[in-house]
Amino acid sequence: MDSEKWGFTVKDIVEKPDLFMSGHRACAGCAPAIVMRLIMKAVRGPTIVTTATGCMEIVSTLYPYTSWAVPWLHTAFENAAANASGIESAIKVLRKKGRIKGEHVDVIAIAGDGGTYDIGFQALSGAVERGHDFLFVLYDNEAYMNTGIQRSGGTPLGAATTTSPAGQVIPGKLEPKKPIADIMAAHEIPYVATASPYYWRDLITKARKGLEVEGPAFLHVFAPCPRGWRSDSAKSIELSRLAVETCIFPLWECIRGEYQLSAPSKVIAIEPQRKKPVKEYLAMQGRFRHLFTSKYENLIDEIQRITDQRWQNLLKKCGITS
Amino acid sequence: MTSKEEEKSWKEISIAAVCWKPSTDFLTGDWKTFKPVRDLGKCIRCLLCVMFCPDGAIHWIAEKGDIEFDYNYCKGCGICANECPTKAIEMKIE
Repeated sequence: MDSEKWGFTVKDIVEKPDLFMSGHRACAGCAPAIVMRLIMKAVRGPTIVTTATGCMEIVSTLYPYTSWAVPWLHTAFENAAANASGIESAIKVLRKKGRIKGEHVDVIAIAGDGGTYDIGFQALSGAVERGHDFLFVLYDNEAYMNTGIQRSGGTPLGAATTTSPAGQVIPGKLEPKKPIADIMAAHEIPYVATASPYYWRDLITKARKGLEVEGPAFLHVFAPCPRGWRSDSAKSIELSRLAVETCIFPLWECIRGEYQLSAPSKVIAIEPQRKKPVKEYLAMQGRFRHLFTSKYENLIDEIQRITDQRWQNLLKKCGITS
Repeated sequence: MTSKEEEKSWKEISIAAVCWKPSTDFLTGDWKTFKPVRDLGKCIRCLLCVMFCPDGAIHWIAEKGDIEFDYNYCKGCGICANECPTKAIEMKIE
């Protein structure tokens, strides 16, 4: 059933078996684990998953245990997208030779921000340029959490990590976050979208849309990490809501170069008074604790300025001017 | 972890290190300090807790028309209690 007609209810989702099973070793309150569960609820038939090195690969497949109830492949950090292209091509050849018949096989590549923004970027850019038919899911927890919280291209300005520690010399990371979803949209691929686990209906629909399109699709999912963000494990989902409400992580889709805002962000575009200050979001996380001292206070204004500017640019791209 | 008797030599390990056991065999429930306890009167069965549980430790039992906590896998993170719209779930020390 295609996503247009797929009017799923909460019960449809909870009654669907978990393809990302319990017993994985993710930390308590892990939002990437929620993202994996929700993404796997969106699959429509036979599916093959490939994952780059990262938290979700480590916690889900501690030899000899696996959490994946679907065929799953891992090779190295940089090649989730290359794996996916290989799998897709192999299926195509097997179909040509008559070795497999029947249903379409969905291919999903999953990587964290390290495996997408930095290490896996060339493989991803190449794979989408060649036009392989797969869905790439980026779960963005904004640092290399698996190896002990090192900064990545996805780490936001001012965040303290072990390789950009906040102290006397620097106020955490000095550079703003790389706009990866816009970079992928610039590849002019059929489908690019951003999603947040709090808006689970939106997330599942977008994952399904990404699987349905012919050709590459890219899904950027916000995924708070209580361990690396020094936040309360119970607040992971609350943070993923606040990120959307403060416009730090707006939700949008880009279909063949046409930008459009998704419902949760559209509400804020129509009623700008609903937009919350970024301070509210930053205050909940220990990695931004130093910004609330007199020495680095000005950085909060800088973060607010960057956020506002990116939001205005996005509104322009979506054809909404305020 | 695998017990001593189960440990295999390199000759017996599957080619390309295929993981053959489901992770559901590995119970992660002993990680928790706090456990979720539900107030049946307040619960409206919106199923948001089922949706947001990172461990899939809350199940919807269709026959009973109710949810059930699976303490074998619950790590006690408290997301269910935090997101519950009617505040029916409380985290209690185990």
